[in-house]
Amino acid sequence: MQKGRIIKLLLEDGKEFTGYSFGAGQSVSGEVVFNTAMTGYPESLTDPSYNGQILVLTYPIVGNYGVPGNMLENNMYKYFESYALHIAGLIISDYTDDYSHWNANKSLGRWLEEFNVPGIYGIDTRELTKILREKGTMIGKIIYDDQQVEFYNPNEENLVQKVSTREKNVFGNGSHHILLIDCGVKYNIIRNLLTRNTTVTVVPYDWDIEKEQYDGLFVSNGPGNPKMCEATIKSLRKAIENDIPIYGICLGNQLLALAAGADTYKLKYGHRSHNQPVILHQSNKSFITSQNHGYAIDNNTLPDCWEPWFINLNDNTNEGMRHTDKPFFSTQFHPEASGGPTDTEFLFDLFIENVKKCKDRAIS
Amino acid sequence: MDKTISKVILLGSGALKIGEAGEFDYSGSQALKALREEGIRTILINPNIATVQTSEGIADIIYFLPVTPYFVEKIIRKESPDGILLSFGGQTALNCGIELYKSGVLDKYHVRVLGTPVQSILDTEDRDLFVKKLNEIHVNSIQSEAVTNIDDAVIAAEKLGYPVIIRAAYALGGQGSGFCNNENELGKMAEKAFSHSPQILVEKSLKGWKEVEYEVVRDCYDNCITVCNMENFDPLGIHTGESIVVAPSQTLTNSEYHYLRQLAIRIIRHLGIIGECNIQYALDPQSEDYRVIEVNARLSRSSALASKATGYPLAFVAAKLALGYGLHEIKNSITKSTSAFFEPALDYIVCKLPRWDLNKFIGVSKLIGSSMKSVGEVMAIGRTFEEAIQKGIRMIGQGMHGFVNNRDLVFDDVEKELSEPTDMRLLVIAEALLKGYTVNRLFELTRIDPWFLYKLQNIIRLKNDLEAFDIPEQIPYDLLKSAKVSGFSDFQIARCIFKDAGTHMHEAMLKIRDYRRKVAVVPWVKQIDTLAAEYPARTNYLYLTYSGSAHDIEYNDNNKSVIVLGSGAYRIGSSVEFDWCSVNALNTINKEGFRSVMINYNPETVSTDYDVCERLYFDELSFERVMDIIELEQPFGVVLSMGGQIPNNLAMRLYSQHVKVLGTSPVSIDNAEDRHKFSLLCDELKIDQPKWKELSTIREINDFVDDVGFPVLIRPSYVLSGAAMNVVSNRDELEHYLSLAAKVSKQYPVVVSEFIEQAKEVEIDAVANSGELVAYAISEHVEFAGVHSGDATIIFPAQKIYFETMRRIKRISRLIAKALNITGPFNIQFLAKDNDIKVIECNLRASRSFPFVSKVLKVNLIELATEVMLGKEVEKPKKTAFDLDYIGIKAPQFSFSRLHKADPILGVDMASTGEVGCIGENFYEAILKAMLSVGYTYPKKNILLSTGPMRSKVELIPGCKLLADKGFNLFATRGTAQFLEMNNIPCTTLYWPDEDKKPNTLDYLKNRIIDLVINIPKDLSKVELSNDYTIRRSAVDYNIPLITNARLASAFLQAICTIDIAEITIKSWGEY
Repeated sequence: MQKGRIIKLLLEDGKEFTGYSFGAGQSVSGEVVFNTAMTGYPESLTDPSYNGQILVLTYPIVGNYGVPGNMLENNMYKYFESYALHIAGLIISDYTDDYSHWNANKSLGRWLEEFNVPGIYGIDTRELTKILREKGTMIGKIIYDDQQVEFYNPNEENLVQKVSTREKNVFGNGSHHILLIDCGVKYNIIRNLLTRNTTVTVVPYDWDIEKEQYDGLFVSNGPGNPKMCEATIKSLRKAIENDIPIYGICLGNQLLALAAGADTYKLKYGHRSHNQPVILHQSNKSFITSQNHGYAIDNNTLPDCWEPWFINLNDNTNEGMRHTDKPFFSTQFHPEASGGPTDTEFLFDLFIENVKKCKDRAIS
Repeated sequence: MDKTISKVILLGSGALKIGEAGEFDYSGSQALKALREEGIRTILINPNIATVQTSEGIADIIYFLPVTPYFVEKIIRKESPDGILLSFGGQTALNCGIELYKSGVLDKYHVRVLGTPVQSILDTEDRDLFVKKLNEIHVNSIQSEAVTNIDDAVIAAEKLGYPVIIRAAYALGGQGSGFCNNENELGKMAEKAFSHSPQILVEKSLKGWKEVEYEVVRDCYDNCITVCNMENFDPLGIHTGESIVVAPSQTLTNSEYHYLRQLAIRIIRHLGIIGECNIQYALDPQSEDYRVIEVNARLSRSSALASKATGYPLAFVAAKLALGYGLHEIKNSITKSTSAFFEPALDYIVCKLPRWDLNKFIGVSKLIGSSMKSVGEVMAIGRTFEEAIQKGIRMIGQGMHGFVNNRDLVFDDVEKELSEPTDMRLLVIAEALLKGYTVNRLFELTRIDPWFLYKLQNIIRLKNDLEAFDIPEQIPYDLLKSAKVSGFSDFQIARCIFKDAGTHMHEAMLKIRDYRRKVAVVPWVKQIDTLAAEYPARTNYLYLTYSGSAHDIEYNDNNKSVIVLGSGAYRIGSSVEFDWCSVNALNTINKEGFRSVMINYNPETVSTDYDVCERLYFDELSFERVMDIIELEQPFGVVLSMGGQIPNNLAMRLYSQHVKVLGTSPVSIDNAEDRHKFSLLCDELKIDQPKWKELSTIREINDFVDDVGFPVLIRPSYVLSGAAMNVVSNRDELEHYLSLAAKVSKQYPVVVSEFIEQAKEVEIDAVANSGELVAYAISEHVEFAGVHSGDATIIFPAQKIYFETMRRIKRISRLIAKALNITGPFNIQFLAKDNDIKVIECNLRASRSFPFVSKVLKVNLIELATEVMLGKEVEKPKKTAFDLDYIGIKAPQFSFSRLHKADPILGVDMASTGEVGCIGENFYEAILKAMLSVGYTYPKKNILLSTGPMRSKVELIPGCKLLADKGFNLFATRGTAQFLEMNNIPCTTLYWPDEDKKPNTLDYLKNRIIDLVINIPKDLSKVELSNDYTIRRSAVDYNIPLITNARLASAFLQAICTIDIAEITIKSWGEY
């Protein structure tokens, strides 16, 4: 592979990194964040939660197993987490163009090009990560040639609106009817629900859910500042007055908290990795989880009938909450993984159990 | 945490052997540290006196006794411990522990097995139980059948269909395993395997599948994590100990990685393991189909590698978990602020390469396969695969400079070597790529994943690009940077640029180095922090890479660091004893207030534990890298005398760069290492040496031999097809030997020395300060000269040398110390015959016997040596050897059972892989303890004797008489039988193996009727395919103890007849 052109990454504090271009030849700006996962770039790059972000992968050799094909299953791309690449740009150390895997269809570079996403390789990603760790995530821009671009802070916008579905979509035909509020949902959440005898109705983030009939409500993950997502918070405020089970993941956790009257804040550099340890509050049970979030719930602001459910073992931040009487809970981490560890997948079972119990009660 | 535990026994792994080596010193030391932290009293049973774990301050009580059920029970009875740890001493500890459990001993004395319950261990060790367990949770294992005899094995193989692989249960390092393509091969393999284990597994062969491993940890609350996953570069078919391994895996997608991870967690939960375990999988390269190959419910070579690769101290954590802690209750020891319940995220790649010493053994196949033959390993850290693999190839230390730019190697049949891999496998691939083989073709022949092959092809491409230029200034900046990022050393680049530098490579290399630094292409120091920079590290576990732009640590105070150069990969001749020296030097440096800095790249060692020093550079010990580090550290000084030959070899080059070497000057080191210079010095000081000459024609050699007479010791200046150092006793042998040497010339001279027979070998290990002797220890060998000192049985304090001899030795040592102005450790080896003393070797560095003599004498010679090197005032120790009322014996451990066809005799070329050291009330007791610790046993009834030359026959008469009196049955080959009968010792004659008559030695050995074989070779030259060889080799293959030295045999026989096993005193090191 010929070495790409030399291009730069410029951070808002003035620090510059130089590397080689791959993917699209494009300048772009966004929030620069890092992820320490060692596998799963096809899944990460199609995670809508990354919208507006320039992603730095700390794992030093990327592209090894290429990119899989566009096979569809249940109307979703089987090997990706959404219909497109959502990252604004990709920053890595060593790039493998000569991929090798039985399921690969094209190289990472080719794939980025197809979606017009620029990448830089040959960067000292460890040094960059240390800066982001010490100073917090920053706005940055990838400068290709002379293409000028302004510094752009995605968190000042409603990103959920950009990635949420525009219309209702129904998946599966199981007996439990789940209404899923799409704030940028990862397909694997839907897949996990489908294997548990459900019919999943996916609706836009600002849908009027009061009109809908459902056995369980699901609030998905998504990009950006939860406080930007006012429409969904409004819907949830009404939903928690009922008794129908609710489960929220990642952004869903935060939106539920805001709806309940708690507060959220921005973490210094977020949790983006496949090795975040969480402990079930007031127990000895711990789990390794997959995470990708920049905001968190402030545990101290949880109102009376809500309690912390999981806590991060490294920094004691909120990793989930639940209602003391009603079947409502949410997790900051991703039990559906993809990528990452599947140790907490059983939480989907918990949700469906709540759904069943509620349905049984309704009948009797 | 369980507060009822206050006293714990830890079983060690004994001497280093192929398959069970230094990793257990590291694991054991970590476990002991974890226990100590909890205030628990620790008892260590490990006869390996050279290890770090058997040192003061690590365990409270140490027993240098065999790790066998008999002795461990005795110690349990004496010490009354609450618990026992079985998982930190390899297979040795595990097998011993299982026996104690099964026989009810542990129950009898109320000793709890801490950590994983024994039943769980049995479920993984017994292949049958293991497969059943996996079936219970619907986890795929390889189609196989467990059998206990050869007939059943054949039936099983028929059912499964060839090719099959057989594995021995309760074994490690693949011992007893091998591939079988047909019934004939199966029969032979099975027979051997059954001599090592009562059960074997016959398995369908999945050669070519990917091999992936996970290290999994589980606590008593059922919390689980996988700490590291590793992928073998070599696909299934080559044991992971023989493979190049990368961590983390490189070719697995997220779904494959986590699928196998999830299985690992399900398995460890189902087996009920508390602590650590290793799971190996076969993964279909064309789908997500998998099979579980094996589970090791104990710390292993892989867990030591995983610990070093990730920075996660598996053994330390496993020990805490065994005490009842939850993972979430333990802190991450690198960040000190986050939890130990997490999975490391790597932001670098690690490459482990094995090291073999197959050249030492004639007749041993170079093919690598399912059974371990490697003696050591290296670990290379980089941020590209190319960087890591090239570093790794250099670290192996067999003269390679990287993947390319090596001396022209010739391979007869490249395709054959590719499909039937040998220890040269990587370089054959390089050759093939240079010849133009495509990645596809290479994949077809080797089944190595194309990802790796593409990366290796990148290296070839860079080499070709570099060769287009003739002076450094012409090299484009980008190309130079790419080459360094891909692991090219300055030396390699010099080879590419300066095509005919010939013998001036060092200067050429320096030119590249200077230019490179001028254009600011320099390496960067990065930390391993377990979390890919998400949290800061509080320890300095460091490596250097060219994929960087900034250092992770600050360099701003000169003169504070003292850098110790380590000993590299373990190999025959350089093993854990040098690690003990390095670690003790580091401890002393810390104590004296300096900043201790270590450079080493061996993942098995304690010296590469980031906790042992202030800054650990896990990196190459090449001139280039050492200079890189010295330039950053600006140290107070550099210590070269602790790491054996590798740092010693760097001495003069570092000196010429004005590096401050602490202790003895490199000029003196050179004077001692250079044979010619040392000889001149000895002549000057009027010190006797055996006559020798460096010769470059056959005629000159013959002339010399005429002068000094046979036998002579002959040593080529390069290794030739297995005929390394050798003793030849007559002209025929000399010619035969020289005919093996393809070329004898000025470039490849041969050194010939007179060989003095029946001479006693004596050594002195000493410390001097500015030429004055400060402390010393004189020891003697049991065997006469002719056996490499590393293979000899050593007695300290020396028991049977004349006082006059000792005086002379001291005097000579003083003279040499003064002449070379020695400051630090040194070792001199002598031949003593009648009253004559001759010097044979002088090492101005720590020698391998330093830990042994220090621990027996109870004076830490390395601590003393380091203090004088740091310029501190030291007092001569008040104690001397004369004050000791006990004796120490050091005995060698061989791994011949792992090296098919190797001749298990002792010679001038070292063959042992490890050693033990034991202390006894008297000579016989000490020697018994030592030999029982390396696998010898009291023979039950029947002893086979084949005693070689006349003088050996005579030597053994007293021993044989004692045996007969004690009621043992003696069997002998014809000559020996006749001699015994002449001396009125009854025996039964057995026919030689090649005689077609019964009773035949071979049958008796095969059927294990014989309990001990004493076979003395006729002379000291290596001759294969003889009857004697067959007897020796059979003894090893059928696991029957074998002694091949007359003096050692005599001592052993007298010992077993004089002292009953029950009379052996059970005393800890502290009680002497």
